[in-house]
Amino acid sequence: MKKFLTITTTAILSLVLFGCPPKTTETATTGTGGTEGDIVVGEYGSLTGAEATFGQSTHNGIMLAMDEINGAGGVNGRKVRVITEDDQSKAEEAASAVQKLISQNNVVAVLGEVASSNSLAAAPICQSNQRPMITPSSTNEKVTQVGDYIFRMCFIDPYQGEAMANYIYKTLKLTKAAILVDVKSDYSTGLAANFERTFVANGGRIVGKQSYAKGDSDFRAQLTTLKGTNPDVLFVPGYYNDIGQIAIQARDLGMKQPLAGGDGWESPKLIEIGGKALEGSFYSNHYHVDDPSPAVREFVQKYQARFGAQPDSLAALGYDSARVLVDAIKRAGTTDGAKLRDAIAQTKDFSGVTGNITLGPDRNPIGKKLVVLQIQNGKLALKDVVDPMAGSAPPAAAATTTAAATDTTDTVTSTARTQ
Amino acid sequence: MQTLLQNLLNGIAAGSIYALIALGYTMVYGILKLINFAHGDVFMIGSFVGFYAGNYLAKHNGDAPSAVNAAIAMLLAMIVCALLGFLNERIAYRPLRNAPRIASLITAIGVSFLLEYGGQFVFGPDPKFFPTLIEKNVINFGGVVTTNYQLIVLGVAVVFMGLLQYIVYGTKFGRAMRAVSFNFETASLMGIPTDRVISTTFIIGSVLAAVAGILYGLSYPKIDPLMGIMPGLKAFVAAVLGGIGNVPGAVVGGLIIGIVEAFVGGSQFSNWRDAIAFIILIVILLFRPSGLFGKYEPEKV
Amino acid sequence: MRLLPRTWWLRDLILLVLYIGVIYLAWIALEYGAVYWPVMRYYNRIIVLLGINVILAVSLNIINGHAGQFSLGHAGFMAIGAYGAAYLTVTWFGPFVNKFPPESVQRIVWQNVFLLLAIGVGAIVSAIAGYIVGLPSLRLRGDYLAIVTLGFGEIIRVVILNVEAVGAARGLTGIPAWSNFFWVFFFAGLTILISHRLVMSSVGRAFLAVREDQIAAEAMGVDTTKYKVKAFIIGSCLAGVAGALFAHYSPAYLNPTMFTFIKSFEVVAMVVLGGLGSITGSIIAAIILTILPEGLRYVKDIYPGMRDPRMVIYSIMLIVLMLTRPQGLFGRRELWDFLPKRKDTIPKEGRDEGDSGDKLDRDSGPPVT
Repeated sequence: MKKFLTITTTAILSLVLFGCPPKTTETATTGTGGTEGDIVVGEYGSLTGAEATFGQSTHNGIMLAMDEINGAGGVNGRKVRVITEDDQSKAEEAASAVQKLISQNNVVAVLGEVASSNSLAAAPICQSNQRPMITPSSTNEKVTQVGDYIFRMCFIDPYQGEAMANYIYKTLKLTKAAILVDVKSDYSTGLAANFERTFVANGGRIVGKQSYAKGDSDFRAQLTTLKGTNPDVLFVPGYYNDIGQIAIQARDLGMKQPLAGGDGWESPKLIEIGGKALEGSFYSNHYHVDDPSPAVREFVQKYQARFGAQPDSLAALGYDSARVLVDAIKRAGTTDGAKLRDAIAQTKDFSGVTGNITLGPDRNPIGKKLVVLQIQNGKLALKDVVDPMAGSAPPAAAATTTAAATDTTDTVTSTARTQ
Repeated sequence: MQTLLQNLLNGIAAGSIYALIALGYTMVYGILKLINFAHGDVFMIGSFVGFYAGNYLAKHNGDAPSAVNAAIAMLLAMIVCALLGFLNERIAYRPLRNAPRIASLITAIGVSFLLEYGGQFVFGPDPKFFPTLIEKNVINFGGVVTTNYQLIVLGVAVVFMGLLQYIVYGTKFGRAMRAVSFNFETASLMGIPTDRVISTTFIIGSVLAAVAGILYGLSYPKIDPLMGIMPGLKAFVAAVLGGIGNVPGAVVGGLIIGIVEAFVGGSQFSNWRDAIAFIILIVILLFRPSGLFGKYEPEKV
Repeated sequence: MRLLPRTWWLRDLILLVLYIGVIYLAWIALEYGAVYWPVMRYYNRIIVLLGINVILAVSLNIINGHAGQFSLGHAGFMAIGAYGAAYLTVTWFGPFVNKFPPESVQRIVWQNVFLLLAIGVGAIVSAIAGYIVGLPSLRLRGDYLAIVTLGFGEIIRVVILNVEAVGAARGLTGIPAWSNFFWVFFFAGLTILISHRLVMSSVGRAFLAVREDQIAAEAMGVDTTKYKVKAFIIGSCLAGVAGALFAHYSPAYLNPTMFTFIKSFEVVAMVVLGGLGSITGSIIAAIILTILPEGLRYVKDIYPGMRDPRMVIYSIMLIVLMLTRPQGLFGRRELWDFLPKRKDTIPKEGRDEGDSGDKLDRDSGPPVT
């Protein structure tokens, strides 16, 4: 017995030593190497699978930006080429796709994903290979916490949840909210939790909370229960493809309350599927497609000319991400991973479609603008603008909208919220 | 009380869709002992045919929902799905008739993948809005609300159940089906054209899937190429629950799953809804290893 | 000439030591290669994932192929192993190891000790789950068992989705990326060895008996109940090992969506494509089905601007492969059965001759579905 123990211990110990990584001095491989030829940028996204439309929109936005840049002569005299890999909306595929982009195609930086879970799977790969990654629209806080090579172009869940809670409680003066959350989506559960916290802290009451799983088609059971709690507003932080169905079924059941949600609602398809059922409902978003500012008008026009559809906020964020990246390459003057990272981190007052972009020390944008849009007569109307950078002054855009929206005293002014 | 009744009704409505899909599963399983995992995707194709046909007709015959448009769309979907079911059996399953049954299971999975990925390739991966083929009416029974769609789905499910029961037990073809199901080789020795019987069964199953696809599109007007996976799986569970191969069992199983899901969905445990169908299944199979209406066949020596 | 001793355990030990040496050298070669050719990192990743798939396929082959119990819940077992192991490393082992300075010898040794410990725990937790799931198999046969195991896998996924401690829908982040090529292939080799030894052992013979004819087996005094559950325990235990290795491999991130029934289907496809009951078949099928979708990434470069057809081609190839080799690539034979036979190797009886046994009777056939 003693002999047996000795032998097994030695065996395990020697195995453990075998398992030690061989000492390979990681020479930081520079991006596309020399200064000749195209600059290759990688993009990974859900071009097929459950979240395909988000991937498609983002992809369109990125391509539009890149074509524009190349049309204007490229960066530092070189053209930018995008290589896109599909991850089928699966996290493990995202990791492989990004590894392929980095090692096979030797991309200088990576753009993507929408769904936070896919970004979380890809980010460690970018971090360990020292290639910057910019996620256009993953709102989960954890994504940029992976490391100093990971950046984000949008606001994060707590910010959005707070803004909606404040808007509903303080601006609309609604005190009873019911929540219908997508339990399968980190985005939805995160947003719901943040909404609930602020709403309750404000003095509001959450009268009911039910969950569904994205891809479900029948929500009547949950809605029946929520109807019984008689809320003033139904907060549904889900994705647009489920929202339409939820709205229709809620109206069938005789619920008259408005629905409210976050940026996951944003899509030209939202109103197509939801139709009249969504009338009066509202959600928070990154930008307003009818915003009169010249930057937005120009973007919308170009996008419509090229793709024949209205750009949603994912397309806008994809567009901004690509342009921020190219701007950083221009400023860095090189495609070296570490230098490019520093250049992206120093992005300041970059004028994007979704507002002015300044990256903070946590690699999230500081004080991004948030708009509240309401569906009125089958169109989106701007109801409120939360612009932390604008201080307490009423945002110009909000003044142009209907009387109900002029109350901007509750505008979130603290920049700390984004951190 | 009203909530209770409403949820019962919600459950019956959702369950009827499961029941319709489950009928197709149970037919094919009954005769071939093959879990046709592609069935849920045939259902998706039915929906998409309805989508394209409905939109085309709306463009040419005017926008207003009309019974004629609905009938044509339904017929087209049935034809396309029948063809698909036939080809599916011919290409992917028949060559494996004498191979281990698990081989055809893998081709079934392969066909299912093919229809899902192919659907995303051809139709595009984004969700589509299913056209309103029939005007929707909300019906209110003293506070308990339903729509005419839900009643249609339930009615169609029950009618098809009766029809299938009649085909299987009341016609000569049904007798042939049962013979093939009972013993394939003996049946063929008795002069039953087994290949034709199996093909026809697949066609019937696929037509059912097409009907389910259209009705699903009407009730839940958002369709996408991956829409068949979850309803397909739940319907399969329903078929097993009722005793796979048993026609009334499929409908009862579908309704049970629909109702239980509705009650769980409306309770505070709504986050467990996806698991509940399987939990019931496991519990029932532990007590009745062949499902509710299935005959338990102890192994023969 | 005889190179290896006749005693089986001595022979296995020598083979194992040789194998460890080979994979160690291969690993060093890969790591050094990656310094000069960055593309090796991508290949490295695919090869490691392939190793994990080999473990999954070979372990499922024990349940589905050898014992003839049709399980569709392998992703669930993998998930349990992955989450069980990762939870330990995230909460206790990781912080402990982080106390040592990076690159120090203690840190590296502890990291590997804890990795092994975590894998062990993952394996045990999965084995317990396998025992629980194996119990219904006493009453259920064929397709009914298949759907129950599938349901079990889905239940596991929903449970994980509702446990905030392991990240719920957000997924489990912050797992240390400790597993690597060496460990994955060490365990792949071990799995193959265990599986091979099992077939040769009395337990394996009992599995085959249960698969071929349960009643006859019982009549011959085989405790079928015991062996069915045993198959589930062994198979799920190894799936747990695969899960634990997967959890700790870069990007070291777990999400419930990684373990849907589609994943189980993929593993079943590997086993059936390789040939039910053939270990080498499972390995080769796992290699083919892992490399195929990656290799097809290049198809879209041929027709730029079109939708990526790679998964369409993948599914067509899966169907075509199955149609051309319905009994699986190797049937029930092993790779070496195709080689010229030596007289002094393992006796032939008990080994199936492949195709002849595959044509199952449709009605009274064994519970192989």
